[in-house]
Amino acid sequence: MTEVKPIFSAEGLVKRYGRVVALDHCDFDLNPGEILAIIGDNGAGKSTLIKALSGAIQPDEGQMYLNGQPIEFSSPVDARRHGIETVYQTLAMSPALSIADNMFMGREIRRPGFRGCVLRQLDKPKMRKIAQEKLFNLGLTTIQNIDQPVETLSGGQRQGVAVARAAAFGSSVLILDEPTAALGVKESRRVLSLIEQVRDRGIPIILISHNMPYVFEVADRIHVHRLGRRLTVIDPRKRSMSDAVALMTGAMEPD
Amino acid sequence: MDQQDNSKKVLFNANDEIPTFVGSDRQSHVTTYLHNNPAAVPLTVLLISIIVFGVVAGERFFSPFALTLIFQQVAIIGIVACAQSLVILTAGIDLSVGAIMVLSSVVMGKLTFDQGLPPEVSITIGLLCGLLIGLINGLLVAFVKLPPFIVTLGTWQITLAINFLYSGSEVIRSQDIARQAPILQFFGGTIEVGDAVITYGVLFLLGLVCLSSYVLSNTAWGRHIYAVGDDPVAAELAGVSVNRVLIEVYAIAGLICAFAGWALIGRLGSVSPQAGQLTNIESITAVVIGGISLFGGRGALAGSLFGALIVGVFSLGLRMLGADVQWTYLLIGILIIMAVTIDQYIRKKVL
Repeated sequence: MTEVKPIFSAEGLVKRYGRVVALDHCDFDLNPGEILAIIGDNGAGKSTLIKALSGAIQPDEGQMYLNGQPIEFSSPVDARRHGIETVYQTLAMSPALSIADNMFMGREIRRPGFRGCVLRQLDKPKMRKIAQEKLFNLGLTTIQNIDQPVETLSGGQRQGVAVARAAAFGSSVLILDEPTAALGVKESRRVLSLIEQVRDRGIPIILISHNMPYVFEVADRIHVHRLGRRLTVIDPRKRSMSDAVALMTGAMEPD
Repeated sequence: MDQQDNSKKVLFNANDEIPTFVGSDRQSHVTTYLHNNPAAVPLTVLLISIIVFGVVAGERFFSPFALTLIFQQVAIIGIVACAQSLVILTAGIDLSVGAIMVLSSVVMGKLTFDQGLPPEVSITIGLLCGLLIGLINGLLVAFVKLPPFIVTLGTWQITLAINFLYSGSEVIRSQDIARQAPILQFFGGTIEVGDAVITYGVLFLLGLVCLSSYVLSNTAWGRHIYAVGDDPVAAELAGVSVNRVLIEVYAIAGLICAFAGWALIGRLGSVSPQAGQLTNIESITAVVIGGISLFGGRGALAGSLFGALIVGVFSLGLRMLGADVQWTYLLIGILIIMAVTIDQYIRKKVL
């Protein structure tokens, strides 16, 4: 098998909180076009790793690479500027604002010419149209009204809008933090197919989830996190769920 | 050609398998409507109260003179309520609005009459003074992370104390202003069309409401104000500079209050350090009756104009009917509680 060049990777990340070592020389790599699941026991340092990758914290040591170039993020906004989009568990949306408002929050489009430059007028029709298209492309066709406040959507729809927002703006990597945690079985299924759709459009995805069946269903590779570092990466087609759990909890050593 | 067809087919098939989400039907049409048109309730209340008073009090109330008089009477509160609305939309509150207004008017008067500065210069300094106090409010809220209620409770007292210390509680008389610096009374100037009397202060209020509404709904900055009030953490993660928005909102609110101070001179004729003691409470009343949520992120600015007008209609209407002024307060109290109940209902319904 030929060596694939990872699109986003990290070497030897260390993050200490006082005497607690949350990341202990952790390595990480994400290949183009794949869904990489990150699993690990509670307290294994998954969230610290994700925070480092999404710019929410700055590692004490180690280096991250995006497309082979060394890179540092000063904040989540900075990471986003570099194409790393994160969908947080809380979704980070403004519930009272409309879907279109939310999708374009922080990157609004102004009207061309005088109305945009001088009157600072937003190009609402254009934003609505783009938002509608993005949702439609990802199959969120049941959302009738793009001016609907986000809080009137179901949990799955909200997740869908959050994913659509993250995938919409030429992002190069998508990080999804527990996307199905708050959802029922049916809606989880839909979100999973949504995730696969995004991957099929060529955007690689980092998926953090506690749900083993879901992880094994959609992931191309599984990064097992244990004691602050990457224990191993397994292929879900070759290993069983019980192997994964055993690795996670330390009951089994990686080969 | 073949390839194109194939890709179309693939897309089509993909579409077939596309997951669909079932929308929630929990919302009734009424709540959706109220959600999208938060000013509809106060506007309805306003129209109904005008009609009721028009029927009961007859010609006296339902005349161009009386109806424009209401506008004149609520102009100051309406202007301050615009400032208050901006702050409340960010889930804050500004108790210092009235004090800023009065201090600004005192600065404009004192600099003109005691320091002998040209009135235009005094007015500019008075406006900057309001901007500065607003800026201080904003910096304390954004960077020191103090609750807005506490910050502005403090700056309210401080500003009011400075007002009395600086002015020595002295009133600058209307005749003196009219003779020496009539521009201070600019907003008291009137346009009369038949019986209808419109002051420049009223025109300023209407212009301000239109401008602010435009900014809130049609500019990125306006949408950011809603986002900050709705969920500051989400707004920050979406790339909104929350602190900057907060500082700008409080500073602009201070500036608007200073304009209200200028308009206050026009309304009273004189510069009076004792004026506007209840302005902060009255402005919050207008905003709340106007359907803007005290929890931030919801409401339309026009609502607070309607809120102020409702208060104006009630006080004038009841006075014409010869009712005790306490009836006005009683009814306003009921309206406040009703307005907040409706807000809670809308927020609960959709969550």
